[in-house]
Amino acid sequence: MTEWLLVAIVGLGTVALKGVGPLVLGGRRVPDRLTGVVSLLAPTLLAALIVTNTFATGTALVIDARVAGMAAAVVAIVLRAPILVVIVVAAVAAAVTRALT
Amino acid sequence: MKEKRRTLPAGYAEGVRRAAPLAVAVFAFGVAFGLLARAAGFSVFVTLVFSATTFAGSAQFAAVSVWSSGGSLVAAVVAALLLNARYAPIGASVAPWLTGPWWRRLLIGQITVDESWVISNEGGGRFDPRKLAGAGLLLYAAWLVGTAIGVAGGGFLGKPEDLGLDAAFPALFLALLVGQVHDRRALVAALLGGAIALVLVPLTPAGVPIIAASLGCLIGLRRPAPPATPEDDPAAEDGLP
Repeated sequence: MTEWLLVAIVGLGTVALKGVGPLVLGGRRVPDRLTGVVSLLAPTLLAALIVTNTFATGTALVIDARVAGMAAAVVAIVLRAPILVVIVVAAVAAAVTRALT
Repeated sequence: MKEKRRTLPAGYAEGVRRAAPLAVAVFAFGVAFGLLARAAGFSVFVTLVFSATTFAGSAQFAAVSVWSSGGSLVAAVVAALLLNARYAPIGASVAPWLTGPWWRRLLIGQITVDESWVISNEGGGRFDPRKLAGAGLLLYAAWLVGTAIGVAGGGFLGKPEDLGLDAAFPALFLALLVGQVHDRRALVAALLGGAIALVLVPLTPAGVPIIAASLGCLIGLRRPAPPATPEDDPAAEDGLP
C-alpha cells in the first residue's frame, strides 16, 4: 500500500520541479545578465551528467564498461562521426567490453 | 513567435528524428524499470502511474530500489526528488522560449528531460520549443511503452546494460557538449561542472553532485554574454573568469 504513497509523492514532486520554471517564467524575457548564466547551464550540466553517467554507481566512483564506451565515443567524435554513429559506437564498445570482462 | 498556424512545423519532426536513437535506449530502460517494479511488488497500475507522472528514469530506479531494499518511504522519496532537483534549473532555462497558455507550458515542462532538453538546445541559452516537444513526446512514449512491456513480464530483451545502452546517454551528452563549447567561458563552465560532480559523487547522496555542479554556470555572472554590449561593467574588460 505504501508504494502508492511513494509514487504519489515522487510523482507530484517531480511534476512540480519540472513545471515551476515554465509556469512562472514562461514566455518572459530574461535580463541579459541572467542569459549569460543560463547559456552556461547547458555545458555545465552536460559535463556533470557525463561524469555521473560514466563514473557513478550510486555514490561510488567506478571504472567499468561505460568508460570503454565513452573512449570509443571520443574517437568517433574526433573523427566527426554523426551523433547517431557516436551513440551506437559507444553502446557497442560498452557491450563488447562487458561481454569480455 | 505568435503565429497560430495549424501546419506541423519542421521543428517537431526534427526533434523526433534526433531523439529516435535515444528512444530505443529509453525504451529498453523502461522495460528494465517495469521488471524491477514488478519484482518489488508494485502493481501494473501503480508502476504505469509512476512512469507517466515522474518520467525520470534515474529517480524511478532509485526510488524503487531504495524502497524494495527495505529503505524507508522518506529515504526513497528524498533520493528520487534529489535526483530530479536538476529539473528546476532545467525548466527555468527553457521557460523563456515556451509560450501559450499555462497548462501548455506545464505539459511541455513535464516532457523536458535531460535528452529532450539537450536536443532542443541551440546554444547561447536559446531553446527550440518545437524540437523540445517533438523529442520529449517520443521519449515519453518510449518510456511509458517500455514500462508497460516490462511490468507485464517482458524479460525477453535482456538487460539494457548487456547491450551497452547505459553508455548511450553519456555518449550523446558528450557529442552535444562538444558542439556547445564555442568559447572559453563555456569550456571553463563545463570543466568546472564536471570537476564539481566528480568530487561530490563519493561524498554526497546521488543527485546532489549534479545540482551543485549546475552552480558552475554562475561564472556567467562574471562577464556579460558575448553578444551583449559591454556596459559600465568593469569585469567586462577582464581577461578571464
